Amino acid sequence: MILQLEGLTAGYGAAPVLRDIHLEVPQGSIVTVLGPNGAGKTTLLRTIAGLLKPTTGRILFDGDDLRGVRVEHLVRRGLALVPEGRGVITELTVEENLRLGGLWRKDSAATMSEVYELFEPLARRNKSMGHQLSGGERQMLAIGRALMARPRLLLLDEPSLGLAPKVTAQIMSLLRQLRDNDGLSVLLVEQNARSALSIADAAVAMSLGRLAETSSGDMRAAYLGS
Amino acid sequence: MRTLLWSVAAAAGLVAATAMLDPFRNYQLATIAAYLCATAGLTVLTGLNGQLSLGHGALMAIGAYTVAFAQKSWDSLYLSLALAVVVTTVAGAVVGLAAARLRGPYLAGATLALAIAVPSITITFQSVFNSEQGLPVFLTPPRTLDIERWQALVAGGAAVLVMWLLANLSRSHLGRRMRAVRDNEVAASLTGVAVSRTQVLAFVISSACAGLGGALMAFLAQSVSPGAFPLTLSLFLLMAVVIGGLGSLAGALWGAVLLVALPDVIHSLTEGMVLKPAMASRLEGNLPLAIFGVTLIIVMLAAPGGLQGLFSRLLKRGHHAPNS
Amino acid sequence: MERFAFLTFDGLANGAVYSAFALALVLIWRAARIVNFAQGAMAVAAAYAAYAVTSATGSYWLGFAAALAGGMALGVLVERGVMRFTSHSAPLNQVIVALGLVLTIQAGLGMLYGNEFRPVGTPFSRDAIDVGGVPLLSQYDVFVFAAVLTIVLLLALLFTKTSTGLRMRAAAFAPEVSRLLGVNVGGMLTLGWALAAGAGAVAAMLVIPTELGLHPHAMDLVFVTSFTAAVIGGLDSPPGAVVGGLLLGLVLSYVSGYLGSSVTPIAAFAALLAVLLARPQGLFAASKARQA
Repeated sequence: MILQLEGLTAGYGAAPVLRDIHLEVPQGSIVTVLGPNGAGKTTLLRTIAGLLKPTTGRILFDGDDLRGVRVEHLVRRGLALVPEGRGVITELTVEENLRLGGLWRKDSAATMSEVYELFEPLARRNKSMGHQLSGGERQMLAIGRALMARPRLLLLDEPSLGLAPKVTAQIMSLLRQLRDNDGLSVLLVEQNARSALSIADAAVAMSLGRLAETSSGDMRAAYLGS
Repeated sequence: MRTLLWSVAAAAGLVAATAMLDPFRNYQLATIAAYLCATAGLTVLTGLNGQLSLGHGALMAIGAYTVAFAQKSWDSLYLSLALAVVVTTVAGAVVGLAAARLRGPYLAGATLALAIAVPSITITFQSVFNSEQGLPVFLTPPRTLDIERWQALVAGGAAVLVMWLLANLSRSHLGRRMRAVRDNEVAASLTGVAVSRTQVLAFVISSACAGLGGALMAFLAQSVSPGAFPLTLSLFLLMAVVIGGLGSLAGALWGAVLLVALPDVIHSLTEGMVLKPAMASRLEGNLPLAIFGVTLIIVMLAAPGGLQGLFSRLLKRGHHAPNS
Repeated sequence: MERFAFLTFDGLANGAVYSAFALALVLIWRAARIVNFAQGAMAVAAAYAAYAVTSATGSYWLGFAAALAGGMALGVLVERGVMRFTSHSAPLNQVIVALGLVLTIQAGLGMLYGNEFRPVGTPFSRDAIDVGGVPLLSQYDVFVFAAVLTIVLLLALLFTKTSTGLRMRAAAFAPEVSRLLGVNVGGMLTLGWALAAGAGAVAAMLVIPTELGLHPHAMDLVFVTSFTAAVIGGLDSPPGAVVGGLLLGLVLSYVSGYLGSSVTPIAAFAALLAVLLARPQGLFAASKARQA
């Protein structure tokens, strides 16, 4: 297991947003958490990424308890979050955004050419400022920047939001490719169940801060009608 | 209604107090009252409206010089004080309009520049302002009263008037608009508050109060000179308002008292110590400043509500103790 | 004409100092959205450190090094010890704390050294060199230009060419995203304060010998002027701060030369008001609305 959540409870102020979450992401698989706005999906990812301290429960990454590990050290251990709204730094160029993703790595030049191969539009616009990019290009940049760290687990917060279905499909197939070729594990949070389920190995539904007891087969049947 | 009762009570207390105090204490009381006009004005600007001025000392200087010129021409104190308020209102409008579209650091910077510019105006136009020697303020004290008691009554009366007006302002529609702008400019403008106009108005009102404070200072000292209104004075006023408690007029009173009392206390302290004269003079000039500065930092870090905030918390705790 | 040429070079030399000081203000503004009103007092403290070292050792350069190191250390101390703990609930809070630092530092210096002007020496002659019979600029002026140019170039290299500079810019623009990418945002902020305070200290070292001398308030007017220069430049723009400083240095030199030196503070105030009224977003910033 690359990620295990055991009884995770977290929130802002007194009322918990996440209640007693148990979740496992196996090595080399894509797990998706589906749910409506306000279900607590973003809070879940922020808590795993260390931006929010859990009130109770444990987060195990590759078997290690992440309690007390600083946010800025997580990415070096191989855990990368592509945040809500993509988090492209609009005042920096495409290339600077990418460099930032793997500044401490010695092989970052090689990684950058791999990222440019994966996302050709980025290579063409490498000197453009972040604010000049389209929504799809920003999403590519955000994922590409996370890949610069050569993560083992990628946390993705609603990558399909605001993108055309065609672009979303491209991004989903790319995630599948990364899983199949590089063994990348992904925890994907989505409202867009159809596209997420098209690539997920497992799926859980979330509402009001709790994970529902549904098997992913049922959900796939419900959404894709197989 | 409550503010009117408070004001009448304060005025009565003032008359009684001045009758009992000795001339030195009356003079100190008058100084507190003069500072209070300025700190109360600054409270409206900073506490109520969320803007910062580092130039209230300079605005006080403008009021003070106005009184000196006016008294030379006609020797009618109340008219001169009123004129001082009018002149600083105009000056405040000019600076306020310049800073109107700007927030926080810009107004602070512009008023800081004003604070530095005012003393050099007196030197540049020395035929008018008589450079660093300054000007005398002609007064004709009434024959029936001690001069200090008279000063305390006039300054105290003016301060009570200012506090009454500002307390009403704070409860008025305009006061609510000021607070709305302070808390969230975007939200305020969405509810139809003219943000810039409210900010300029707050600065103008605040300037007028500072001008009156400065005019009273000139009246108390019977002279004006640029040395009485250095940049440090502007910082002192701000510090008094912060330590007293931002946003509360009662805090402005605490601040004004502190401005007069603290240097006095430190003076008696350094007198009590056996020091070389050179060291004593260094300490006497600088120790109050250092204490003010350190207090300012500590209050901002530890108790942003200031003294008044502490007092009200203690009072509330006292009230609620039996229930909780 | 001779006088005009002299005033031009003198103005550029002063303007170079304003540029360096304004650049320091812009650095902290970009990194933390704080106008560091304590920068003048902090720089004076560094200059007193230089004074103490130079008096003890007789070496100007040891004093210069002490000012640079002391200034940077003070920057770290102020950020780590005070600013980091100031509530961000209102933008005023940090300004007020900075003013508290101004009072504390100036009073502390006054208690240690007294409130009189102390003359300080320069490492090079301040006599103007004649060029074709016209006295233009002194060796010291050349030193000032060289020192400021070094600061500007080093900072420009740091920010545009190094990964530390990239980290610093990222941390300023998007602190949370930067943390997720492994950037030590707090550390970058501290480094920004250290660099700004170091640049401020050097500016103080350069300008104080050309004025009345060392005094706890020696940088008050320089602060106001440099703040004006930074506002002219747009407060967000390092090149704008440099150009703004040079422009203002020229204007103030002509004002002081033709109208008298006591007019300088009035002219600085008038310039600031004029810029705020005519072009509040600064001469160089993109026309974005200014918020603080």
